[in-house]
Amino acid sequence: MTTHVATAGRFGIHGGQYVPETLMPNLIALEGAYTAARQDPAFRDALDSALREFVGRETPLYLATRLSQACGGRIYLKREDLTHTGAHKINNALGQALLAKRMGKTRIVAETGAGQHGVATAAACAKLGLECVVYMGGLDCERQRPNVQRMQLLGARVVPCESGSRNLKVAVNEAIRDWIGDPHETHYLIGSVVGPHPYPTIVRDFQSVIGREARAQVLERDGRLPEAVIACVGGGSNAIGIFAGFLGDPVELHGVEAGGDGATHAAPLNSGTPGVLHGAMQYLLQDADGQILNTHSIAPGLDYPGVGPEHSGLKDSGRAQYHVVGDDEALAAFRDLSRLEGIIPALESSHALAYARRLLKQRPGITVLVNLSGRGDKDLPRLMERGLL
Amino acid sequence: MKPSLQGAFRIARAEGRKALLPFLMSGHPTPDAFANNLREAASFADVIEVGVPFSDPLADGPVIQHAAEVALRNHTTLSRTLATLASRDPGPPVVLMLSVNQVLARGVERFAVDAAQAGVSGAIIPDLPYEEAVDVRAQFARQGLSLIAMLAPTTPPARMAAILGQAQGFAYLISVAGVTGARQGFTTGTVDYIRRARELSPVPVCVGFGIGKPEHVRSLGEHADGFIVGSALIRAMDEGLGVGHVLGPLRAACRQAVDSRPHTTGVIS
Repeated sequence: MTTHVATAGRFGIHGGQYVPETLMPNLIALEGAYTAARQDPAFRDALDSALREFVGRETPLYLATRLSQACGGRIYLKREDLTHTGAHKINNALGQALLAKRMGKTRIVAETGAGQHGVATAAACAKLGLECVVYMGGLDCERQRPNVQRMQLLGARVVPCESGSRNLKVAVNEAIRDWIGDPHETHYLIGSVVGPHPYPTIVRDFQSVIGREARAQVLERDGRLPEAVIACVGGGSNAIGIFAGFLGDPVELHGVEAGGDGATHAAPLNSGTPGVLHGAMQYLLQDADGQILNTHSIAPGLDYPGVGPEHSGLKDSGRAQYHVVGDDEALAAFRDLSRLEGIIPALESSHALAYARRLLKQRPGITVLVNLSGRGDKDLPRLMERGLL
Repeated sequence: MKPSLQGAFRIARAEGRKALLPFLMSGHPTPDAFANNLREAASFADVIEVGVPFSDPLADGPVIQHAAEVALRNHTTLSRTLATLASRDPGPPVVLMLSVNQVLARGVERFAVDAAQAGVSGAIIPDLPYEEAVDVRAQFARQGLSLIAMLAPTTPPARMAAILGQAQGFAYLISVAGVTGARQGFTTGTVDYIRRARELSPVPVCVGFGIGKPEHVRSLGEHADGFIVGSALIRAMDEGLGVGHVLGPLRAACRQAVDSRPHTTGVIS
């Protein structure tokens, strides 16, 4: 597999470890433990069997025929929405929880935006007998209430974060502050390919099962690779996961950021500048003084002012292209997939579906692979309440 | 000519007391009150730390987070902070405390030039660990600024030695694993860690995080060269009290603290 990591933890200028000294020894220990774990067949066996029996892998590759017809091409969906807990997040949550357990940690903290990472982490912790605390923005607790209830049922403590923007960014701040207070016992189970090294690499590796499976599945079906792979990008873990399978292939990689309502958005790769947030250099939405700007997206999982350093590097190298889809276009794609295929996608994944439609309009007849990163059940109460369906 | 950190610690030691390093947040509670507090703090302080508010600080507890929010609402910027500092009366050396992204946004070189021009002596950048600091340290050196090294109770011995090998001005010892804010007390582990650091350090060692009361200074006084007081002072500002309310008793405790080791060590020429 092609890797474009120049030095450990750097993707071009992006990445690095910008954290308080209190956490540095933890990051160094985590890197060592992870390197040892990935070379240990027992660890890999434990992860593989959990992915098979607990998560339900491998997930299907589905040719969406009616949607394809409507769009004028061929659209494959990688069905991460069919995993246990309903999104790709479980691949990483389970991997890191196993790693934390192996490191002798007893307590897990996590942040969550849409709640999918929180639910996945709560499930993994319940399975492995680890204490679990999930930080979630107050706004997100309101707009993703079913997931708050699921986390609580799974035994996690959900802490609403009421400062500032009350969304994912604030939840990450609080999770990191919690971790600083208890670095010996606690593992910070970060949910995306963001944060200080080695997190972006660890999360990428645990999510790359998506791309590995999808590549083999599409080759088996078609005997050839698709023209393009498309995924939504918040922090960017589902996108990195599927891109990882195709980095060395002549396949276009398209990431889709949240355009929000146009006035405010969450598209740092399209409108941001390099800076440091949450421990890593990356494209960021910031002002001239380096203050982080507020974001908006209808999809809480995309509502984040930064983006993974590997995506930032892929943008700079030109290997991947990043586009913007707004709230309304994503909602239209949400309805289309529901009605044409009988699949209710997550609002986050709907951004990728919307871009697939756009791309096929420009280039009819091509084959695209969309990562259907999660299911939309979590979004229904809020959408109905707001009369958006 | 800006006052030197070295000189400030030398004077404190010559006068037989521990250094006191109060932290004020620029623009908090208002820009005018900050300028006033800066003036008043000068008579209690050996070094003054000035926080430049950041939207997303990782190492700060609720009190300093809130002060930063207030300061940002007051339109406090790095430029305004430097302007206030440039126009202040002669007084103790000032070190800035800010996030690495604020330094990068200005450009490391320009930041160093502007800070030096405003009479600043150095900076504490909590989210810039030793490994990532090479460029900043070089640019600072060119302008005569100290990049203050930080140590934590989690820092292993070999790493501590490496960090202290690069230390300039003084070393900032984070007293406990956690965010900023007042604590109940300190353990024997804290004392051991401070002593170990002081043995290795070519510069004075100052303890911060959780220092708010004279008894904190008394319990750790013999092992450190100075004490940093942040959240307790900021809270007093929030309650409308003068800086002397917190700094007066701390200054007295710093004067009374007895050193555990001979007079000649600790401050290297």
